[in-house]
Amino acid sequence: MDTTATFWLPSSASTIANEVDGLFMFLVWMSTFFFVLIVAGTILFITKWRRKKGDVGRLDTGPAHNSWLEATWIVVPTLLVLVIFFWGFRTYMKMAVVPGNAMEVKVTGQKWFWSFTYPEGTATVNELVVPVDTPVKLLMSSQDVIHSFFVPSFRVKKDVLPNRYSVTWFEATQVGEYHLFCAEYCGTKHSEMIGTVRVLSDSDYKAWEEEAMFSGEGMSMAEYGERLYTSKACVTCHSVDGSPGNGPTWQGIWGHNQPMTDGSSVTVDENYVRESILNPKAKIVAGYQPVMPTYQGLLSDKEIDALVAYIKEVGGGGE
Amino acid sequence: MAVNNSATTTVQDAPRSALAVPASRDSKGLPHPNYLSDGGKGLWSWLTTVDHKRIGIMYLIVVMAMFFVGGIYALLIRAEHFAPGGQLMNADQYNQAFTMHGAIMTFLFIIPSIPAILGNFVLPLQIGAKDVAFPRLNLASWYVYMFGAAFAVYSLVTNAADTGWTFYTPYSTETGTAVISMTLGAFILGFSSIFTGINFIVTVHKLRAPGMTWFKMPLMVWALYATAIIQVLATPILGITLLLLILERVFGVGIFDPSMGGDPVLYQHFFWFYSHPAVYIMILPGMGIISDLIATFSHRKIFGYKFVAFSSLAIALVSFIVWGHHMFTSGQSEFAVMLFSFITFMVGIPSAIKVFNWTTTLYKGSISFSVPMLYALSFLFKFTIGGLTGIFLGALSVDIHLHDTYFIVAHFHYVMVGGTVMAFVGGLHYWWPKMFGRMYNRTAATIAWAFVFVGFNVTFFTQFILGSQGMPRRYWTFPEEFTRLHGFSSWGAMIMGVGFGLMAITLAWAAFRGRVVGSNPWGALTLEWTHATSPPEPHNFPATPDVAHGPYDYDKVIPRVDEPANAGVGHARPANA
Ligand code: HEC
Ligand code: HEM
Ligand SMILES: [Cu+2]
Ligand SMILES: [Cu+2]
Repeated sequence: MDTTATFWLPSSASTIANEVDGLFMFLVWMSTFFFVLIVAGTILFITKWRRKKGDVGRLDTGPAHNSWLEATWIVVPTLLVLVIFFWGFRTYMKMAVVPGNAMEVKVTGQKWFWSFTYPEGTATVNELVVPVDTPVKLLMSSQDVIHSFFVPSFRVKKDVLPNRYSVTWFEATQVGEYHLFCAEYCGTKHSEMIGTVRVLSDSDYKAWEEEAMFSGEGMSMAEYGERLYTSKACVTCHSVDGSPGNGPTWQGIWGHNQPMTDGSSVTVDENYVRESILNPKAKIVAGYQPVMPTYQGLLSDKEIDALVAYIKEVGGGGE
Repeated sequence: MAVNNSATTTVQDAPRSALAVPASRDSKGLPHPNYLSDGGKGLWSWLTTVDHKRIGIMYLIVVMAMFFVGGIYALLIRAEHFAPGGQLMNADQYNQAFTMHGAIMTFLFIIPSIPAILGNFVLPLQIGAKDVAFPRLNLASWYVYMFGAAFAVYSLVTNAADTGWTFYTPYSTETGTAVISMTLGAFILGFSSIFTGINFIVTVHKLRAPGMTWFKMPLMVWALYATAIIQVLATPILGITLLLLILERVFGVGIFDPSMGGDPVLYQHFFWFYSHPAVYIMILPGMGIISDLIATFSHRKIFGYKFVAFSSLAIALVSFIVWGHHMFTSGQSEFAVMLFSFITFMVGIPSAIKVFNWTTTLYKGSISFSVPMLYALSFLFKFTIGGLTGIFLGALSVDIHLHDTYFIVAHFHYVMVGGTVMAFVGGLHYWWPKMFGRMYNRTAATIAWAFVFVGFNVTFFTQFILGSQGMPRRYWTFPEEFTRLHGFSSWGAMIMGVGFGLMAITLAWAAFRGRVVGSNPWGALTLEWTHATSPPEPHNFPATPDVAHGPYDYDKVIPRVDEPANAGVGHARPANA
């Protein structure tokens, strides 16, 4: 199977991709044909019959209509589009019907990251890891506005809606890493709501699964927290070096009196951090929008503890 | 004047079209009286005018101002995309920029462009009427437009909306930007559009000159008529949708927002139930202009007049039942998806018919490469690409991949800019001498055309490739691998910007300083050229025109070309040649 990108299309790495590309390329060539036909006709006519000096006062002798011609260019395009319609619809139905043996991953879209929950209960953020040659069903919903799950190399796209599940599926045919985009406009960081689909061979996938079950054995809590800081995407909004972001930096916040939008202030301690992670809308730091997603259900208690330890360390409470 | 139907008509016995001769000429060489200088003087006389021609000019001024603002945003968007995010805007500013660009271009520029400017000016002239049916309503539509525009501009200068011109919920209910004033603006603009639509429908039914039967109407009139039907039937739906959105935002009534028990997909249905027909509000009038231009500049009877006329009506009707093709990925039932895909293909056929008829009209013509014709030819070129790429999007499996990528952006710009805007600009160059009695510099106008043609294709053809490679739309930043194509596209936009700038200067200069022309510089056969002076009298015609021949009867009538040489009664004075 040819999986490299072409002039028109990105690499094709799912079972459905080649079918989509077949129709796409058919359309490219068909369009080229009609385009050349019309442009060549136009160029021929306008050069052959361009206005000459003696033309002024000449009466028009061309035809005003021709039923056969009209019939031809009604019937031929109609037949062609019927073929295209069926072709497109057939593949679409394959996209719509999920194979019974598919592995199910729960996808959550929220401003502005993706999270994935696997059958074994592990979770990843902004990275979907799947085994090759295995149908994967995605059960998707959004925590806030509409997003859209789009992997160009798989030719799949499906809107992800709040308060409702949408379903799509794919079967990757090629080991590798592929872009995952959000294709429905969702605000400030819509263009940064980008993830990766990592397709692994069966054995690599097994290994990854084990690694994902890893819960910080042999690491200090703060070290484990640092790992989670990136892997759970806190890094997209919070800095640890004082640089500004969507959320407050964690540098020097431990024990600090944070002013809130309602005028009160709160001392940053274990309980406050825990609450901020699980119920971020409870208290909003002054000068920030309530955009932090809840991590309820996405982080285990141990992971929260590790994050608290890490925040304590970088927040100046460690020493 | 008798019409000779014999096929063997020779030049000697073929009747010649009439030639409108002005009663006299003023000191500048322009006909006296004419609507520009003799319909009352001063700003107030313009602001209170009920003359359809003056209202057309007032629309021209404000709508072009909006085109300018929308164009600046377009250039900013493209300048930002010379490289990944942060060239000159942050993400929020970028989101506001494409929203303002899209909203201004659709609601304030392209919807009113052809009907309100050119339609207002030429429709009564083309059917031999003194004015539209409801001149005061016509003036009111202009004021309503200004009122709506004020709300849009308010949003723009305060905290510009960042929702995209589609205002999708629930994002549009949540965002902190000035969404309400923008949607209220669009809501009000809808009334302006409805007023114009009603006016045109009644005018076409009631005010045609004696002898102007339906099939003697220029195709521009047919197209405006079909457009008016959509304007009147579809616009109220947008109105109510936007009103519901405002209700939800202001009073927290849960209609679309799921957190209040609403349904966000319902909003999309409502929105596209208007906005798909609306894309035909945008393109149909352009098709009308193209029919007129191709016939006139080929001196040919339009091939398949009735097919072209009825295909406009067919499009107008079928366009109401294809809205779901904008929502193939949003989770409709498979059955709905199938129907929408099928009907979408069917609505494409009438457009294809038109393209074939236009091309065939060129056959055995006498083709002039005047500037309006250059635009008509570039319309054929670009609209064909726009139409063919529409087939990609109707094909379900392929649309899933292309939806919400730059392929869509390229497709609708090929249709709306390559189609409508080219037709509009071609129409401007065609009727400019009629509007102002003066001609622009042909060389400058041709150079501007060339810049626009090249720039446009560089900008937007590139975006087809970007899109099919997977680049999503409405992205402030993008992965490194798209930089080359984005940069290329941006250079095209700059070239196009230069072209539009040069065009604006050329036309503006001509309106005041151009050389004075006669009543029919193109040798056209429609009434505004054969029976009205350039510019026309305040009441259009000295006497009710007698409709001796059809709009494109170049096989029966020899058009009289009226250049300055024989413009008027002996003392024609070509000013500023
Ligand atoms: C989408 C951006 C975003 C992401 C991702 C995010 N946060 Fe936040 N966070 C915010 C914002 C904005 C605030 C301030 C407003 C508020 O209090 O909710 C905040 C506040 C906090 C606070 C309170 C800080 C203070 O200075 O008072 C903590 C603790 C916190 N986040 C922890 C986390 C952790 C841990 C993660 C990762 C598991 C995370 N956040 C991911 C945006 C984010
Ligand atoms: C002249 C008439 C034009 C019309 C009617 C028009 C219309 C639109 C519309 C409706 C959108 C969609 C906005 C959205 O997604 O919310 C759009 C986007 C865009 N337009 Fe135009 N446009 C016009 C001209 C131009 C020109 C001349 C350029 C190039 C210089 C341009 C560049 C763009 C770009 C780059 C986008 C993409 C924004 C995004 O990232 O989503 N447009 N335009
Ligand atoms: Cu998004
Ligand atoms: Cu549509």
